[in-house]
This record gives sequence, C-alpha cells and structure tokens, in this order.
Amino acid sequence: MRAFRAVTSRAAVLDRADVDTDQIMPKQFLKRIERTGFSEYLFFDWAKDPGFELNRPGAQGAKILLTGRNFGCGSSREHAPWGLQEHGFEVIVAPSFGDIFRTNCVKIGLVPVVLPQEQLKALMEEPGEITVDLEAQTAGPFPFEFDPFERECLLQGLDDIGRALRHEDQIAAYEAAHAPRFATTAL
Amino acid sequence: MARTLFDKIWESHVVAEPSGEPALLFVDLHLIHEVTSPQAFDGLRITGRTVRRPDLSIATMDHNVPTEEGPITDLLAKAQLEALERNCTEFGIPLYATGSGREGIVHVIGPELGLTQPGMTVVCGDSHTSTHGAFGTLAFGIGTSEVEHVLATQTLPQRKPASMRLLFTGELPFGVTAKDVILGAIGRIGVSGGVGHVVEYAGEVIEGLSMESRMTICNMSIEAGARAGMIAPDDTTFAYLEGRPAAPTGAEWEKALDGWRALVTDEGAFYDRDVEIDVRELAPQVTWGTNPGMVTSIEGTVPDPADYADADEREAVERALAYMALEPGTPMGEIHVDRVFIGSCTNARIEDLRTAASVVAGKRVHPSVRAMVVPGSATVKRQAEEEGLDRIFEAAGFEWRRAGCSMCLGMNPDILAPGERCASTSNRNFEGRQGAGGRTHLVSPAMAAATAIEGHFVDIREYALEPVA
Repeated sequence: MRAFRAVTSRAAVLDRADVDTDQIMPKQFLKRIERTGFSEYLFFDWAKDPGFELNRPGAQGAKILLTGRNFGCGSSREHAPWGLQEHGFEVIVAPSFGDIFRTNCVKIGLVPVVLPQEQLKALMEEPGEITVDLEAQTAGPFPFEFDPFERECLLQGLDDIGRALRHEDQIAAYEAAHAPRFATTAL
Repeated sequence: MARTLFDKIWESHVVAEPSGEPALLFVDLHLIHEVTSPQAFDGLRITGRTVRRPDLSIATMDHNVPTEEGPITDLLAKAQLEALERNCTEFGIPLYATGSGREGIVHVIGPELGLTQPGMTVVCGDSHTSTHGAFGTLAFGIGTSEVEHVLATQTLPQRKPASMRLLFTGELPFGVTAKDVILGAIGRIGVSGGVGHVVEYAGEVIEGLSMESRMTICNMSIEAGARAGMIAPDDTTFAYLEGRPAAPTGAEWEKALDGWRALVTDEGAFYDRDVEIDVRELAPQVTWGTNPGMVTSIEGTVPDPADYADADEREAVERALAYMALEPGTPMGEIHVDRVFIGSCTNARIEDLRTAASVVAGKRVHPSVRAMVVPGSATVKRQAEEEGLDRIFEAAGFEWRRAGCSMCLGMNPDILAPGERCASTSNRNFEGRQGAGGRTHLVSPAMAAATAIEGHFVDIREYALEPVA
C-alpha cells in the first residue's frame, strides 16, 4: 500500500445520498480475476448520461470526491474502491460511509474522510482546489476525526497482514486452546 | 458485569489486543466464492504466504453460475470459476463445485451443512454474511483485502462496533412474514440506521420464527447498514442443527449444547441503542424505490416527493420514482409486473419455496408475467423435488432452475431487460441490480407468488383466503 499524507486538488462533487456499490461498480464487471482494469467501468450506467456529475469539466482530474451520506452502502465488492482509486481519487469526503466499503478503502489506501453535512456542503460550494491533509487532519478549513491507528497505517503505507503475523504466537496459542468442532476438509 | 450476546462472542474470539490497535479476532469459519476471492489468492502467491486453516475454510460456486442446464457460455464467468477451482486445489480448500450436489448460495450451504454453529465468528467476501447471525454467531461481510488477511492469518483486525437491539413486540398478523418484518424495520430505521452497529433481534416475535425466517431477517441487516445481525440460539436453533453433517454428535453434542445455552444476553446488559417495534399493525411490505428503505405496505401508495420536507430526501425520492417509472399516489396494488423472481440468500430456502408453492398450487402464472424459482442450493432443490414442489411450480408456469445467486444480482444470464419490472424475493432494489434499467420491488415469497398469478401486487392476506382451485 502506498503511503498517503496529503493531497491538493480540485474536487468532484456527487451530491447524492446512499450511493451503493452496485452503482459505483456494476456486477457485470466483477468477473475480472485481476485487481486492475476497473476504472473505465466506474459508475458505468450513470456515466452514460452526459450531464452526470463526474462527466462535468470541473470533475476531470479530481483527486478528491465530495459526496453524500452512507456512500458505498450495499455489496462488499472491493472492486468499487479499486475503480475509484484507479480513476485517480485519493480521498473521499462524505458525512458517513457504508461500513464494509469504508474498511475496504482503508485497506487499499483510499482515504475516507467524514465531515458533517454543513461543512461538506460548504466545500461543495467552494470552487477551486482544496487540500485534504491526513497528517494535520484537515479538509479545507475543517478539522476531521480519524481512527489514530488507521491514520498511522495510511501515513506509513503499512501492510496489515504482516502486522497481524507479528502476533503469530498468540494466534497459535488461541488455536491450541480452541479445538474446532469440525474440519471442512473432512466433511 | 451483564453482557450482551455480541459481547460474549466478541470477547471469546480476541486473540490479541495490542495497545492502541484494533483487536485481532479469530475467525472460526471462512466462506469463499468465485467473485471476491481471486485477487486475494493472487496476493498470497505474490507474498509467498499460504492458507493458515484450510480446515476452517470452505468454497462454493454461486454468483456466476448459470441456472439452466448445460455448459457455461460466458467466458469471463468460466475463467473466474476455473480460477476458484485452481486456487482451492493449490491451497487445499474444500470446494463444492457445480454438480457436486452440495453447491449453492454460500449463505444457504453454510447452515444446511451444519457449519454455522452458535457462538462462532463467520466471515465471507459477501455483505449478506450477516445471514449466519440467525444461529447466534458474529457473522459479517468483508472485502477482498480482508479475505486475503483471513486466508493468511485466520484472524481479522477489528474495532468493536456499537451494539443495538431491535426488539419486536406484539403478535405477527396473519400473512405477515419475516421478510415483511425486516423490510418494515429498515423502512423505520433507514438504510443507514444500523451503520457501525451489530444488531441483536429479540422479542417473542423472533423467538417464534423458524430458522429459515430468522435467516431472512439477519440476511437483510446489511440493508440497514448494520455490521452484523444476530439472534440468540434456542431450541429451534438446536433442532435445526442436530444431525447435520458438520454438527457435533453424541457426547460432543451434549457438551456443545451446554455452551450454546449460555449464549444469551444477560439481564440488564447495555445496548448502545435500543429500538422497539410493534408488529401488530404491520402489513405485507412492497418496496417502491431504489433502496430497501423505500418501502410501504401493500395497502399504501407510491409517495409524493412534495411530502418530504428535507430537500435531499425529496430529490432522492424524485430520482427513485423517475427510475422506477412510478406516479405519486398510485396504489401499490395497481402496479403490474413483467417478471417474478423467487430466489436468493434471503428467500430461497425450503420453507420459502413451500410457502410460494402453497400460493400457486392449482393456479396459472398470469400470461403477461415470466416467473422463475431458483432454489438456494442443490440440497434445497433436491428436497423440493422430493416434496413435489417443482411440479407445482412448473404446472403453474414457473421456470424451475438450478441453484445459484441468479437474478438477485444478475451476474449470470438471469437478468431483467431494461424497463422490465420485477417482484423479487431478493434483498436489494438498487438501480440496475437485476439488470441495467430493470425495476425491482422487494417482497416476501408469498407476495411474489401471488403477484405472479395476478400480474400485479395483491394483498396476500386476502388472497390466501381464496379457496385453492
């Protein structure tokens, strides 16, 4: 995972609530077995409309996405954040996120920032570039909260699995103390 | 201190709790399917890691598989299924492939094999993993990066979510089912009402439900945004489990029961949020919009955007009605459908098929409707055929298919054409979910069955009273 500290960019605005991952990355594109190649299918059905928010000139090249509450609700498909990241987004700012989507973002280094609705609306109305700084925990003029551990992982680009395996002894001890009732391999 | 069911399962699975970091939770059962796993296995190969506990992992083919007889023709889907087969062979994970007789929707086969047992932690790269919570497990969906993490370590780093109780009181009226209970609850708390929470469903209404119905309820926890949903195990749970392939036997069974009976929320335990819902006034539910919270009763009408005070909400309703091609004020019972889909991890278990069959027995599907039944698993299909349900459906004009996720998400050839309207027993009515431009209304199996016969939504409470021809 690439380390992230801050980004300064124009922001794309998708002012809709409850945008689900079926819209972000429709199912017909989930058949790829690779981790890349998803950006061209981002918002596939919505993007057919020339007036779609992300088709607007102001949204081109944006590395920051400002959007509505419960963004990324629905399916667990990580293909949705993969597509957003490959498209060039580094930060998504919303009043809230779908839980699984948010976790998926953190795992791949796409930074999900939560701002209250009013502050977000203020950013949406602000033309020009804004800076989202994870180190300082600010989005434009507004401070935001972030899980300190996740923040550290994102700032350093840390590998999750490697960190878990530092606790190998404890995992082994847990396994030794908790014999499973079945083995799927013996069914 | 008094603890919730969730607290008990959580605490018994903490492997490590490094200061300032999320807890490392042990995973008792990892379910795997073709769509969200290939990149995770690639990750293992790239880093030279292996699968730590193949004996706690199980794979099946469900999302992509065609439900008609014959070979798979979609080359991308075929490649993905072959990748799963290769990955399972390479890493020693048991796979119930198409034709094995044990394949099916991952959330149907886990319980029916007896793999899902009270007190366990269950994860899968699929948001409807919450289904397994019906057995008193902590079960939740994860992304592909987390699938890789579980494969490599059999653990997941997790911050403990908040807790919430949904207490259902009153007696369930005639014709009102588990699907209506959960749709009604989502309508009440909203599609983000459960975000950050693990929900425990409780109350006499829940205690009176079968395991199939409890699974329907827990299945849709994610549609309220909840991390997971769970129900305390009881005699209904134990009776369902006993004798299943992976269930303990003999003295082990008795020992297991002792542990499982302790899996209840202690008197006076604290929930971060407590919501009470009276079901006495609940009527059969039908969604009208493009998320499961956009729902009303069969007695209701399509809402008018003008009635919404909040500008964002009004705009969302306007957009939903435009997509759904519905006029405000239209009675739900006057909405006609082109398709009916009875299937999915929400409603494709034997009880669901029995209910639907009892509604359509001796009747004919309306001439303007194409209707299909897709059993949740090969086992459900076999059982239904032994009971003669397939013949009832086929005699009524339903298509009887092979098991799979099918038209719930339309990754296989079972999709809606643009503009087609469908009464569906699945879990999501998102735009394009069942096919680009398709319009989905979520309902219970009984409501879907009656809709297939009449060609439009009908009130099952009146319908079921008609004598069977």
